[in-house]
Amino acid sequence: MAKIIIDREKCKGCLLCVSFCPKGLISVDKDLNRRGVKPVKFSPRPVLRSPQGEGGSFSKGGCLGCAMCAIICPDCCIEVYK
Amino acid sequence: MEKVFSHPKSLRNVSTHYCAGCGHGIAHRLIAEIVDELGIRERVIGVAPVGCAVIAYDYWDFDCSEAAHGRALAVATGIKRVRPQNIVFTYQGDGDLAAIGTNETIHAANRGENVTVIFINNAVYGMTGGQMAPTTLLGQKTTTTPLGREIKLHGYPLKISEMLALLPAVKYIERVSLHSPPEIIKAKEAIKLAFQNQIDNIGFSLVEILSPCPTYWDMPPKKALDWIKEVMMKEFPIGRIK
Ligand code: SF4
Ligand code: SF4
Repeated sequence: MAKIIIDREKCKGCLLCVSFCPKGLISVDKDLNRRGVKPVKFSPRPVLRSPQGEGGSFSKGGCLGCAMCAIICPDCCIEVYK
Repeated sequence: MEKVFSHPKSLRNVSTHYCAGCGHGIAHRLIAEIVDELGIRERVIGVAPVGCAVIAYDYWDFDCSEAAHGRALAVATGIKRVRPQNIVFTYQGDGDLAAIGTNETIHAANRGENVTVIFINNAVYGMTGGQMAPTTLLGQKTTTTPLGREIKLHGYPLKISEMLALLPAVKYIERVSLHSPPEIIKAKEAIKLAFQNQIDNIGFSLVEILSPCPTYWDMPPKKALDWIKEVMMKEFPIGRIK
């Protein structure tokens, strides 16, 4: 199964990756980073119940390695492994 | 497991000064990826503008020059004529390219300089505090149009890409958008073509990028992307212009 690694110190918390992940695997962390924003974190299993972005609903299952999150991230915080 | 997406070599692994959700970061990354893919990191010279992207040279890991406000294409002309073996591009915002630098932009295009222009259109002046730009939409609220842009008072949004397309020496103009991952992939293709044209000595190539400014549009980042798609693209339709 694919996975992503998020650079939590570089993350600005714009939440665009959260909106575009088709699987709902990205959510907001509860702790602040050094910038003083709550960065996002990756979970191998879906954490969001309904999609924030476009499209109907989440399909089941883990990370596709589709890189939607990495392509939309304005701060190049995400690495994708497949 | 194989790494399928990571930081391009031509982009320094530093935190930028851009606001959360700002499109400049995406545009910087696309350029860096293309420079890596075309293998031109040792040949490329970027010309940074005045505006939010004024310190873009701190983020790209290749040679860059700064230019006075609006003069990026005059500086790029000089560099390209003296060093034709280099790949020279300018990175300019709407205020830089279409207001203070209109003169330099039009004449460099009319001379058909063999350079690449990356034009970031976010319909507002960012660095100076969200004032109206030439590309501000009718009705759009900015700090200098608090009631919205009006035709009578401020004129129409300036479509400089369409204007430049009329010049015979201009070879390629395309307008793209950063509002979703598929559009970002298309934007990358357009930017790559604009660089390839210069490598192939085809001539003046420009890509206009519709880019979000969540801060001065007063919207959360995702809403700013939706606004590009639903509002901005009606005034500035994406696609090949020339
Ligand atoms: S690679 Fe695709 S499925 Fe995996 S976290 Fe990113 S957007 Fe979600
Ligand atoms: S898109 Fe990038 S900066 Fe924005 S929340 Fe996701 S990881 Fe953080």
